[in-house]
Amino acid sequence: MTSMAETVQRVLIVEDEVEIRRFVRMALNAEGFEVIEAESVQRGLIEAGTRRPDLVVLDLGLPDGDGIELIRDLRAWSDMPVLVLSARTTEADKISALDAGADDYLVKPFSAGELLARVRAQLRRRARTGADGGSTAIEFGEVKIDLLHRSVVRAGEPVHLTPIQYRLLVHLTGYPNCVRTHRQLLHAVWGSSHSDDTPYLRVYMGQLRKKVEIDPSQPRHLLTEAGVGYRFVP
Amino acid sequence: MTDSRPDPDRLLARIKDDEIQARRGKLKLFFGASAGVGKTFAMLSAARVQQQQGVDVIIGVIETHGRAETEALVSGLPKLELKEIRYRDRVLREFDLDGTLERKPQLVLVDELAHSNVAGSRHAKRWQDVEELLDAGIDVWSAMNVQHLESLNDIVTGITGIRVWETVPDRVFDETDEVVIVDLPPDDLLLRLKEGKVYLPQQAERAVRNFFRKGNLIALRELALRRTADRVDSEMLQYRRNLQAAPVWQTRESILLCIGPDERSEKLVRTTARLSAQLGVPWHCIYVETPRLQRLPDAARQRVLQLLKTAEDTGAVTATLSGSELAATIVRYAHEHNLPRVVLGRDSGRLRRPWQTPLAEAVGALTADLDILQVALPARERSAGGRSGAAKTSVHQGDTLAWRSYLWSALICGAVTLAVAPLTPLLDGANIVMVFLLAVVGVAVKFGRGPAVLAALLTVGMFDFFYVPPRFSFSVTDAQYLLTFGVMLVVALVIGQLTAGLKFQARVARSREERVGALYAMSRDLSGALMPEQIAEIGARFLKSEFAASAALMIPDPEDRLHGAVHSEGQPEGMDAGVAQWAFDHDEAAGYGTNTLAAAPVLYVPLKAPMRMRGVLAIGTTNPGRLAGPEQRRLLDTCASLLAISLERVHYVDVAQTVTVQMESERLRNSLLAAISHDLRTPLAALVGMAESLTMMKLPGMSPELETAQRMRDAALRMNSLVSNMLDMARLQSGPVQLNRQWQPLEEVIGTALKAMSGTLDHRPVKVALADDLPLVDIDAVLFERVLCNLLENASKYTEPRSPIDIRAIASDEHVVITVDDTGPGLPKGKESAIFAMFERGRKESSTPGVGLGLAICRAIVEAHGGTIRGETKPQGGARFTIELPRGTPPSLEGLERLDKLDGDSDDEHG
Repeated sequence: MTSMAETVQRVLIVEDEVEIRRFVRMALNAEGFEVIEAESVQRGLIEAGTRRPDLVVLDLGLPDGDGIELIRDLRAWSDMPVLVLSARTTEADKISALDAGADDYLVKPFSAGELLARVRAQLRRRARTGADGGSTAIEFGEVKIDLLHRSVVRAGEPVHLTPIQYRLLVHLTGYPNCVRTHRQLLHAVWGSSHSDDTPYLRVYMGQLRKKVEIDPSQPRHLLTEAGVGYRFVP
Repeated sequence: MTDSRPDPDRLLARIKDDEIQARRGKLKLFFGASAGVGKTFAMLSAARVQQQQGVDVIIGVIETHGRAETEALVSGLPKLELKEIRYRDRVLREFDLDGTLERKPQLVLVDELAHSNVAGSRHAKRWQDVEELLDAGIDVWSAMNVQHLESLNDIVTGITGIRVWETVPDRVFDETDEVVIVDLPPDDLLLRLKEGKVYLPQQAERAVRNFFRKGNLIALRELALRRTADRVDSEMLQYRRNLQAAPVWQTRESILLCIGPDERSEKLVRTTARLSAQLGVPWHCIYVETPRLQRLPDAARQRVLQLLKTAEDTGAVTATLSGSELAATIVRYAHEHNLPRVVLGRDSGRLRRPWQTPLAEAVGALTADLDILQVALPARERSAGGRSGAAKTSVHQGDTLAWRSYLWSALICGAVTLAVAPLTPLLDGANIVMVFLLAVVGVAVKFGRGPAVLAALLTVGMFDFFYVPPRFSFSVTDAQYLLTFGVMLVVALVIGQLTAGLKFQARVARSREERVGALYAMSRDLSGALMPEQIAEIGARFLKSEFAASAALMIPDPEDRLHGAVHSEGQPEGMDAGVAQWAFDHDEAAGYGTNTLAAAPVLYVPLKAPMRMRGVLAIGTTNPGRLAGPEQRRLLDTCASLLAISLERVHYVDVAQTVTVQMESERLRNSLLAAISHDLRTPLAALVGMAESLTMMKLPGMSPELETAQRMRDAALRMNSLVSNMLDMARLQSGPVQLNRQWQPLEEVIGTALKAMSGTLDHRPVKVALADDLPLVDIDAVLFERVLCNLLENASKYTEPRSPIDIRAIASDEHVVITVDDTGPGLPKGKESAIFAMFERGRKESSTPGVGLGLAICRAIVEAHGGTIRGETKPQGGARFTIELPRGTPPSLEGLERLDKLDGDSDDEHG
């Protein structure tokens, strides 16, 4: 566990429901975070701009506007992690939030434990990219990726990937614990002209899982977010 | 170069044949040379055999003519009562078509195919009844004699001297599925006749005796056998065509027949029908309406229509064309329809006018690639009597009219002569001639050709009598005047002819233009119409002005039933919804002047639009002649198709509106459900979160509070899953579900479902076995995950902890089949399908939580995907749920695979 953060980390929570705000604050306070609260898009932007939090927890349904607008505004000047709270049946909202620049989402109702885990993962990722952005190797499970030599090794054995499979894997591992939407992945790996060809993406994900996962039907690192996209978990 | 491709038209025709054959009933025909050969007996015997084999046979109508052996056979078969039809003062009995359609037997026996039905029946002929039975999928056995065949009719008349009026189109005979020839040598037949075994109608006994001469019988027998042999021949041809045995695919050299208004053209029609049957090629029959022919009396035009109908009955494609040049029109039609052979009539009896080119030569002069067949027309005397009476009278009426104009012509000539008289001293002889010519032109313009000829003759006479010296005498002193008379007569005649012709053509052109104008006006009005009522009104207005007819429009309801007229004013009198329905169902005009219920006062025209039938136009008129001409018919058809297209357009406007409303209500429903979902979940989320915060406070020595907090959290989570299910069900129940379908591997959805359910599954080992050749499936990932989650939840609810669950998927030709197996107690017997109903639980008394929405949701989602879901108890115990999804056509992935290859090094696994 990384307890290297010497300064107290700040989390901004933008949520109009008092009860949820309250329990999120309790959970985060218990873990030693400083919590700033906002109940509207406007307050949220002001707090984010003035208090410079390390992470934002954002509810999508706010009284004075759409949470997605807040993400867009925020992304104009900051890359601080954004964790979105949403209902289960609103895939389209999740996708637009992620496409707008959110990093991860949580479905209501969520447990405090899950929230804390996600918050920590995001902060850890940020700390790492800030510290050694120039890392040339990625490791997860039994797999090692050497970015310099463009080679992949699994449990000591070289894994042969096609160029597209390699690009896909490297892109995903570049965003640990983040959800990448289908559109983002297609755009990054195939180019902008293919942003609607999700069947290709799914087929390549299947091939990739067969090469890097132990049990491809119950993956542990390359996870599917149904109807939304994929998540890489180291 | 040999082209061995199958002719696509022929293949299409065969496929179409097969399709129609599959639905239609089969017609078996017992065919004989004459009455008394035993057709009815043979038919009944065969029917008895069918009955013994368990076929549902019924007698529709059989004439036993009181013969004992036939009676015996009839009594063993179930019989349908004949329908009683009141005609004038008598009650007549007729075959009950509707009764048979209602009873719907497998096989019905209907004797005497050529029989004409009693007036007031639905169809004029019994063979039309039979066609309807076949269309309804009922097999029919029937009987007929050779003399009833349309194309052999005049041959039989020629041989026997007896005209048979009841005929059956050759098409019916040729399309019969099976023909059984019932044959009896003439000597045996005569013997039977002598023994009184052949039924003869009493009143006509002598004529019939005359018919049954040995010579006649031999000839008829030969005709029957040959016609059947021809049929067998064409069956062989059909068979070979099906086998595609012929190595050379050539186009079919069809025949074109051009008929005139002459009643002798009937022979041309029959001859060409026989010719085309022998050659096995289709034929076309056309009538070219030149400006000259448009002046024909109505009766003659009716006859042309009748001839075209006869041609159609014998299998021809018919058309009425209009053109100024007969030969050119024929050649153009022949070229357009690829008809290399042209049949024309040759009138050998008539004296040829030296300035007229015979039609055959005119056609030949226009093109070299047509074969011309000339058929001799019979001499005119024979047909002069009898049937052309109607034509005579109308010509006579024309005469009385003409008589007046001749009188006028003479009066004008007289007046001009008198008018010129005082000017004689001032005018030269040549100028007097000019004035007379002017009079001839005037008469031609006003009264037409005949009076103009009279005026020409009269003016020459008067000029001679009054103005040529010696005056007041026809004698001429100067021989030069003879030339003046000659030239004057010729000039007067030519000018008169030309002027009259021009005037007539101008009249024809004007009436055409008016008609086109009216059509244009109607289509302009129709383009603005937004409701069927408006269309009905516009149509009625047009028909009123063009045909002086009243009209009504009938539109079907969603079940294709017609109810009354759309526009209730000015309906035609005697309109019958039943006939309209028939016309609609059969895509055929019915009522006045058609094959079906010709005696009805109203004509019903089906309105066929490109996509489907749109309704029926009912037209009633006090002047039936106005609907009958070919030109009028064309106009009527154009009007009907304009109306049909407008109705279709209006229909689609409606559809588009409905769709918009549906989309709007879907959007509303979704936002409403999202709001409810948000309002219900928010307090739950708070409850779960706060209960959990309590458990995390790690306060020492407070274990009862800790436990309470945990219980609170669990209860709230259960509550949440309940709410989820209720909201899902509400969404699925409140209308068609909008699926966000995408092609994806099944593996992915199974993975997410397992991950989502990892808590509920509680360490039960799940084995996933997916076939290697599993294609992508077209599913809504989120909804389908719900299906799998519900099934997994169901499995963990009813099984012991740590008992295994198996998920398998295989692909068949049509489906992708997914099974979820557990090792629990299985499903309650007899309730395998009931468990998918809402609020249904396998065991009512069980303490297992849930309200039984899970499986109902599964079924709703799977069915929205076009699949099926079922549950069963495996023989070895445990429940199995099977989902079958349609396989569909997954997108091709080649494009990107290739992109991948081009990109750099190759991949072993994709070699």
